[in-house]
Amino acid sequence: MDLLEFARGPALWFSLFVLVAGSAWRLIAIFRLGTKADLAEPRSTRRLAGALRGIFVRMIPRKEFRRGGKLGVYAGYFYHLGLAAIVFGYLPHILFVERLTGLAWPPLPETLVYLAVGPAIIGLLMVLMERLTDPVLHLLSGLDDYFSWFVVFLPLLTGMAAVSGSYPQPTLNGAPLYPLPLAIHLLSVELLFLWLPFGKLAHAFLVFMSRGVTGVALARKGAAL
Amino acid sequence: MNTPATVPTALEKRARAVLASAAAPDARVAAQEFVAQVSRDAAFQLEACVRCGQCADACHFYLVTRDPRYTPVYKLRPMLRAYQRERAPFAAVKGWLGLPPAEVTAAELAEWSELVYDGCNLCGRCTLACPMGIDIAGLVRRAREGMSAAGFAPADLYKAAERALDSGSPIGVGWPTLKRQIEIQEQETGLDIPVDVEGADYLVILSSIEIAAFPETIGALARIFRQAKLSWTLPSAGFEATNIGVQIGSRDVAAALLARIVDAAERLKVKYVISPECGHAYSALRWEGPNLLGRPYPFKVVHIVELLDQLAREGRLRTRGKDGRRLAFHDPCQLVRRGGITAAPRRVMRGVSERPVDMPSSGEANFCCGGGGGVSAIRRAEKLRFAAFECKKQQVETAGAEALVTACANCRNVLEDAIDDYHMALPVLGLTELVAQYLEPVAAKASP
Repeated sequence: MDLLEFARGPALWFSLFVLVAGSAWRLIAIFRLGTKADLAEPRSTRRLAGALRGIFVRMIPRKEFRRGGKLGVYAGYFYHLGLAAIVFGYLPHILFVERLTGLAWPPLPETLVYLAVGPAIIGLLMVLMERLTDPVLHLLSGLDDYFSWFVVFLPLLTGMAAVSGSYPQPTLNGAPLYPLPLAIHLLSVELLFLWLPFGKLAHAFLVFMSRGVTGVALARKGAAL
Repeated sequence: MNTPATVPTALEKRARAVLASAAAPDARVAAQEFVAQVSRDAAFQLEACVRCGQCADACHFYLVTRDPRYTPVYKLRPMLRAYQRERAPFAAVKGWLGLPPAEVTAAELAEWSELVYDGCNLCGRCTLACPMGIDIAGLVRRAREGMSAAGFAPADLYKAAERALDSGSPIGVGWPTLKRQIEIQEQETGLDIPVDVEGADYLVILSSIEIAAFPETIGALARIFRQAKLSWTLPSAGFEATNIGVQIGSRDVAAALLARIVDAAERLKVKYVISPECGHAYSALRWEGPNLLGRPYPFKVVHIVELLDQLAREGRLRTRGKDGRRLAFHDPCQLVRRGGITAAPRRVMRGVSERPVDMPSSGEANFCCGGGGGVSAIRRAEKLRFAAFECKKQQVETAGAEALVTACANCRNVLEDAIDDYHMALPVLGLTELVAQYLEPVAAKASP
């Protein structure tokens, strides 16, 4: 078994298993903590509406908090949107998902995906610089923050290497990519899968829970979300 | 009597046991209570933090000091660590691997006491700013449960809580004082002020600050209720609305104090209890109360501002004339941001103000006065509290306000202190009193 076979085979399936099982464990363990029913008479009983509003309203900062804040307020949009375009819009990624699950969707134009790499990388570098230099972020940060940044940034780098013009046949038009950079790229993504359930990257799913429960609680009071 | 029964109830005993912890602080007790406080919803919030630091820019304590330790989510660190060590989803695995987070220590908690109490008004501005939707202020309130149960709350708050349990008031205002103030207000208004009237519709409770510093509020209420033809009463026992228990962060103290109000309301068989001009009292009675006592109330809780707004809209509150100054409403955090009463006070104020002005970020994102969450009762926090007022001062100056109006006696007291400290000339008015000042005169009875 060569490295690419390993990356496409056992390493992929193991990392996916850890991703799914670890995420499920984290969610179930939190659900099992339970919560007491709120006995105060609510102003609004529209719990689902409160949760959904909580989830969507926080996607954009309130105007009072937009100025004078952290760079991350804006850089966050750059790399989240950039990564989304790359992960879900790039044809080879869609083909990869289709091979695994049978699901596919129309890709974004390749130029647009390449253009998205810039904001993603710049956004990630900006938040790293800020984390290293801003006194607040420096105080809050720990190993999880830096390692999580690393496992997100690494697939971007290895992915760029995998499609780089220095390797022959860099597209998927019938011919495989040069195997070593592709294997390294896959392994870097699998490292991300392995880490995601255990660190702050789990905010990918926890954010909906956190915003949702706060949305419900504040909506009960009729307070601002 | 506003004081406890001769034979202490189980609630009172538990409350006093919490206060006894001040004599022997114990980090282990704090850690246990931190963990117990992390319910499902709290865990989702603690686990979702991405350490983006945006909450710092929402906190006036950070904005005026630029000390990163005042970053709201940093104040949760001991509670987070205790949870990660004992109960978080992978705590057991980390334990097996020999990688559990360190235990919280007494020295650490002593340091955090200043951050969790002096440096937090529980105002919830950080909650509003958090992109992950973490209710940071709600979590600090939970962290205070651990701090207070283990002896790490400020001594001033333990003393205030003891006074409240002993005398019914955190500043020692008892029934004789209230009785005297009622008599004075009866003389000044020429109205009878009902006390302990069974079967009245509305039970009015007051904050100690109103009774001691702003007793005109009592007369104002009497005049307003006379015009609106409401059946109301004050209680001679259970009249204290403030709740030092929610400020120090002890559910036992909070429940013991709250039970006195609920007892009074049930004894007098009222339909409504009116929460007075006090932000945290409203939060304690309206939102925390039924959960603290473990049962819903047999009455409704209405904030006085909600009632004034309702009466005005029903045409039962008629005013004549308006204040000509540029009046800005200072939003009490527990009433507006945390309590959901945003539009009502502005509507009421506009009814008696010719030139209402809004401060920048007014409404839900308004800055706290600096004294909420028990901070005004902590003497060692005074310098920091005055420093935090700088944010409010900038808002006031930008709006060009000539006077502030608010609906919280504690805000009013704290604002007046800070205004004095900054050598500003800016009156602070209570909304209820302002409305009463412009009430349409009652027509004289026709002679027989």
